[in-house]
Formats: sequence, C-alpha cells, structure tokens
Amino acid sequence: MTQNWPLWEVFVRSRRGLSHTHAGSLHAPDAEMALRNARDLYTRRSEGVSIWVVPSTEITASSPDERDPFFAPAADKPYRHPTFYDIPEGVRHL
Amino acid sequence: MTSNMTSDATGTAATAATGTDPVRSAAMALGDDALILSHRLGEWAGHAPVLEEEVALANIALDLLGQARLLLSMAGDEDELAFLREERSFRNLQLVERPNGDFAHTIARQLYFSFYQHELYSELAAGDGPFAPLAAKAVKETAYHRDHAEQWTLRLGDGTQESRARMRAALDELWKYTGEMFQPVDGLEGVEWPALEERWLATVGAVLERAGLTLPEGPRTGAWAAGAGRQGLHTEPFGRMLAEMQHLHRSHPGASW
Repeated sequence: MTQNWPLWEVFVRSRRGLSHTHAGSLHAPDAEMALRNARDLYTRRSEGVSIWVVPSTEITASSPDERDPFFAPAADKPYRHPTFYDIPEGVRHL
Repeated sequence: MTSNMTSDATGTAATAATGTDPVRSAAMALGDDALILSHRLGEWAGHAPVLEEEVALANIALDLLGQARLLLSMAGDEDELAFLREERSFRNLQLVERPNGDFAHTIARQLYFSFYQHELYSELAAGDGPFAPLAAKAVKETAYHRDHAEQWTLRLGDGTQESRARMRAALDELWKYTGEMFQPVDGLEGVEWPALEERWLATVGAVLERAGLTLPEGPRTGAWAAGAGRQGLHTEPFGRMLAEMQHLHRSHPGASW
C-alpha cells in the first residue's frame, strides 16, 4: 500500500513571524491527508501554527556533483560580506 | 435502571460508583465509551496499514484515554474502575467495543461515534452542568476525530470498488449498534436526545452522500440491544478485549513504573 502513496515534504512554521522550516517527509494518498498526517507527526508537541506540504517530486534540488561550480566561487569573495568593509568614522546609524 | 445497575455491578469499585448518584453514573458511561474505544484503537499499534495512519489512530486513542481518565476520576478511582471491574459493570456503548475488523470497520465505527460524541459534547459544553468544562476541552479533540473519520469515509466510499464495498459492509454491520447512542443517559438530564439524533443522522448522512454512499437501512434498536451496553450487557468480543486490557494490572496489583 505504501508504495502507491507519494512522498510529501513537510514544512512547519513554529511561530507567527518566522518562516516555514523543513520538518521531514511522510507518505499520504493526497494533499489533504498529507496535511493531517503532518499535523499528527510533526506538531503533536505544539511545534507549529502553520503547515505546508509539497509533493517531493515537485522539489528540484541542486545536485551534489555540481557543488563546486554552484557554491565554491562564493568562498573567495569576502567583499560580499558586510564585515569586509571598514566603517568610516562619523557614520551613524549603521 | 439504577437498581439494575447496582445489582449487575460485581466489582466493588463499580458498586461504589454507580448506585444513586446520577453524575457519577453518567461520568462512568461517558468515561467507559472513551476508555474502551481508546483501547480498541490502540490495538492498531503495530498493525495499521501504514505508519502515518498508525500514528493518527494512536493520537485519537490518546485523546480518548485523556477524556476517560478525567471522567472515571469523577466516578471513582480511575485505575480500579478501568482494571478491576467485571464485564457487566462497564457502561460503554456496544458500538465502541466492536472489534476493529478491517480498516473500513474501524473508520465506520469512528464515523458513527465521533459524530455522536462531538454533538453530545458540544451540547454539554454549552450548558452549565458538571461536564461542561471537560466537554469544552474535549470538543476540540472530537472535532479532529470527526474530520479524520470524514476524510477516510470520503476516500473509501469514493475510492476503488473494493474500498467502497468494504465501507458499505462496515457501515451496514455497525448500523444496528447506533440506536443505543440516543437512549437517555442518567445524569445528563439537559440533553435533548431526539434533537441530538436528528443532527447525527443529518451530519453523518451528509458525509455519506459526499462519499457516494447512503445511510444504511434497517433497525437500530431491537432485542439484541435490549438495554444494551449502558446497562452492562455487552457483545461477545468484549470479554476477550477486557481480559487483555486488565491482565497486567490484575497480575501485578499495585505495580508502578
């Protein structure tokens, strides 16, 4: 039975004002049941105020093989961090 | 009815808890419904069709167990009442003691009971009787139980030929146990039972219609149910369930974790 049920990724927002965070995944026959299963599996201890479920097949993920071209170039560009810059004296409200 | 209940009660705890106090006897009836259905749902642990559904059923079972503890504490000592009473001293509806059967049977039982419990507790919560605070807390749980049963009824009724046939069979088989739910309960004097039954028929009927099913036909009260669970008369599978439920406590009296 389980093999017929698609996999869903679950995102839970723990408090108003925070963003939804990936909590895990589960099997369910459809989106409505996925929401209910997510409620039972991931919010039993008051962890959330809102749940998103997304079919796992709808998520496009970056490939581990592409990690270097994707992420390595950022490593040697320290000027992209605000800490790279000295704050001139006399600048306020920064 | 009161004298009948007292003479039936073989356990000492039960005798103390029934008698003439209508609030305690009502607490026992509602508490036994919750306790016995909780145990039945707990039997799915390790056996449910999928892990996600097992957790869902266990969640509902735990909600019911929480209700049972509060209610039985109003009737007496919760452990004594749960584990040391004999079969004839239990006041639960026959519906909730019916075996799990296939998944459709469990869902049909949930559909019939959760819609009843939600209507009843909503009414109790709106009043100012001794059960109002407890019922007010419980309706949030029963609303979810109702939703769970409804979602599955829609999917089984409107699913495959197989699921539809199984749901149909389950609804029909449990139908005869539903009349008892609307027999007035001692100690719940404010409840309008005929109106409750009307609302139950309307809401359950609406779910079944959306599922492409209909309310079963046939009698809902009769000789098999004469007085029935509320008076301590139970169906054959109940004794075995009780033996399993009470075995540990009776084998090790007073044991604790």
